[in-house]
Amino acid sequence: MFEVISFYLFSFLTIAMFWIAVTSSQALHALSALAAGMIFISGFFFILDADFLGAIQIVVYSGAVLVLYSFGMMFFDTTRDIVEREVNTLIPSVLSVLSAVMVVLIFMAPIVGDNIISHYPVIEGAGNAQQVGMVLFTKYLIPFEVAAIMLLVAMIAGIVLAGKKMDKSLTLMRDEEIEIMHERDRKAGL
Amino acid sequence: MEITLTHYLVLSTILFSIGLVGIMRRKNLLMLFFATEILLNAVNVGLAAISHYYNDLTGQLFAFFIIAIAASEIAVGLGLLIVWYKRTGSIDLDTLTSMKG
Repeated sequence: MFEVISFYLFSFLTIAMFWIAVTSSQALHALSALAAGMIFISGFFFILDADFLGAIQIVVYSGAVLVLYSFGMMFFDTTRDIVEREVNTLIPSVLSVLSAVMVVLIFMAPIVGDNIISHYPVIEGAGNAQQVGMVLFTKYLIPFEVAAIMLLVAMIAGIVLAGKKMDKSLTLMRDEEIEIMHERDRKAGL
Repeated sequence: MEITLTHYLVLSTILFSIGLVGIMRRKNLLMLFFATEILLNAVNVGLAAISHYYNDLTGQLFAFFIIAIAASEIAVGLGLLIVWYKRTGSIDLDTLTSMKG
């Protein structure tokens, strides 16, 4: 009974939050709704006995990703209302629903056939984090290392891309110097 | 009444379609990134549910890798977005149509 109530509660909350994140015209509202939705998603993982995944969801998404987004939003003009693409809203909606149904059909095909064999069954008497570790460091060791290298490359890329001209401190420069710098940038950009 | 795998898959579909709606109607690139996150999260819910109902840990491990990919995607994507904003002063999708294909 507890599972049913929590499932419907979390479903309602997640759908509502993500809908706000998608439709809100203010970037800050969208960001807050997205953060709330991510936290509620982790609730599903706890219901599904994937405790470690739930914790990672909170740490990585609600922690790192949302902080990165708020950091990015400091650069952009977020007070301005977001202008939406002016198209017929009916066509995107119909297309979305159709493609989502198609995705479900693709993923349902093996389940309907009922021929899924459990290759890595849940190990009895071990916690979820322990089980994940056992499979991750045996079968998925190489993908794990590749993911580590990928994260390292992404970190370097992020630093190189976002860190350009960070050696100049805008707070310590005089207004005229900033004006000259912007003028030079404008010429270089053209 | 019991929650079955179908419930979770339907929920995953609904979240995925919400993300698709976002991708199709947003013009601001940052908002497009939000919609991408919603798509990835929807898939993660489906993978975790299948992992639970079939007693197989592979689904959870794929969800971990998806989270890792999402994290690196945001790092690189936001870096590119900041460079683009410094160059053009706007993160609208329309300013990206410079190739006139």
